[in-house]
Amino acid sequence: MFGTLSYNKQKTIIIVSFLLIPLLLLATFTYYPAIKLVYYSFTNWDGYSPEKPWVGLDNYREVFSNPDIFKVFTHNFAYFVMGIVQNIVAIYFAVVLSSRLRGKNAFRIMLFLPYIMNGVAVAFMFGYVFDTTNGSLNLFLDNIGLHHLAQTSWLGTEGLVNYSLASTGFWRFMGYNMVIYIASLQAIPKDIYEAAKIDGAGSFQTLWRITLPNMKPVIQLNLFLTVTGALEVFDLPFVLTKGGPAGASQTYVQKVVETAFAFNNYGLASAMSIILLFFVVIVLLVQQLVLNRGGDK
Amino acid sequence: MAHNKFRFVDFIKYFTLLIGVFVVLFPPYVVIVNAFKSTDEFNSSSSMALPKSFLNFDNFTAVFQRGGLLSGFGNVLVIIIITLTLNILFGTMVAYVLGRFSFKLKPVVFGAYLVATIIPSITTQVATFGIIKNMGLYNTLGAPIVLYIGADVIQIILYLQFIRNIPFDLDESAMVEGASLFKIYRSIIFPLLTPATATLVILKTISIYNDMYIPYLYMPKQSLGVVTTILMRFQGVNSGEWNLICAAILLILLPTVILYFFLQRYIFEGVTSGAVK
Repeated sequence: MFGTLSYNKQKTIIIVSFLLIPLLLLATFTYYPAIKLVYYSFTNWDGYSPEKPWVGLDNYREVFSNPDIFKVFTHNFAYFVMGIVQNIVAIYFAVVLSSRLRGKNAFRIMLFLPYIMNGVAVAFMFGYVFDTTNGSLNLFLDNIGLHHLAQTSWLGTEGLVNYSLASTGFWRFMGYNMVIYIASLQAIPKDIYEAAKIDGAGSFQTLWRITLPNMKPVIQLNLFLTVTGALEVFDLPFVLTKGGPAGASQTYVQKVVETAFAFNNYGLASAMSIILLFFVVIVLLVQQLVLNRGGDK
Repeated sequence: MAHNKFRFVDFIKYFTLLIGVFVVLFPPYVVIVNAFKSTDEFNSSSSMALPKSFLNFDNFTAVFQRGGLLSGFGNVLVIIIITLTLNILFGTMVAYVLGRFSFKLKPVVFGAYLVATIIPSITTQVATFGIIKNMGLYNTLGAPIVLYIGADVIQIILYLQFIRNIPFDLDESAMVEGASLFKIYRSIIFPLLTPATATLVILKTISIYNDMYIPYLYMPKQSLGVVTTILMRFQGVNSGEWNLICAAILLILLPTVILYFFLQRYIFEGVTSGAVK
């Protein structure tokens, strides 16, 4: 097509033309909305009227002074707790499935299965499992003799609902973490283990001194995903409980979406989004700091 | 002694793995057995009992007729095909430029993709919504398509790993023969990226198929339902009729589960390559 042009000219043409549309997409649907969001957060725009009255820092003041808004973070806490447990279980299964074992491929395939399942379908599936009167979880508990637990209203009890929902997240994503941990275990050179064996290290010592330290970067990545995932939970409670009972399972992002699209308070919702973004950046920075202090990377 | 100890460790391993598999399979099992029960049978039998017959497809027909699931599959298929064609094109183009040329703004371009991942996309929809409306894409299949086609950083990293493994000699010998850089992209780089493309096609198909929020927000129109939004509507209308909902859940889970069992190698590759690097 432009075979006659010098390669230097071609290079410029290719760089510009190949990046033009992709960067335009990135700018239009990621960075422009983010900038708009910052602007909206200083207004009390209702989402449709042409004027966007400037209110300065009022929205931010509202977020920090209205206890109803920050209170929902206590609901997100359940996802954080379950996320930590999820990572521990995932590391355990990754170590088990990296040892000599029959049928480990089949086990890996089964444990990863929930990750590829449709989130809405999974939410309703658990809606049925958790159902108080017809639900199979209570029936199962009754069958194995835990009669006193079998009357539990898993999604209707205030202190419990977030843990029930978070355990659904655990069910869906444990396999994902596990597969990533398995890959990081495979990347550890085998001769380190042989050397350790020659030096007479026991299997627990090997795990503690060699395996886990070598997995550190991946563990930190997964922890970052866990923490930000917990901050940004949305679809499960949105689909399954609509935030109920009486708002007990409403998460922060759900509150943002509701503030914008149900209450038409785009200004406040934007300020809430910016604060969320701010938290994500803080988590990232804290982790980088810890990672760098840890030394070896 | 040592022998017995190893046996015990193995027992613990298998025991915990079996508990894991049981926990994974218990909810789908419940959905499967109840999807085949008539309403009478559902009300009279235990929710964990097997159905009288696995040949009772009444619930499934009802889901297709009442729920309009077929149009949902159709819509999501159209979205997936158009999105993936453009996304793979753009993804390989960006990766070719970043992988083969050095220029001043290269770190900025890569950084822009990297930073984009920390912006919580659900909350920025507050601002994206207005953009989509102004473009006239609200309530059209165009809305999810333009939002999905952009390349993401994982995709670019995956492609860059592959490009690094394509020897530069290939480019050079093509240049000696007088091939243009565009021709090198089209007939050397793009074809040699096929394994990565295959992995990405599978992963992105699954993630678009499973996405709920974007179709929910941008395509509320009845005729534009995709599988997730149709399932939500269906559950709303038929709430309490769990045997019907179980059939709907099963129908929606089936395509990705089948895809997974046949193509799991690619899926594992894609999931791990982005994260471990």
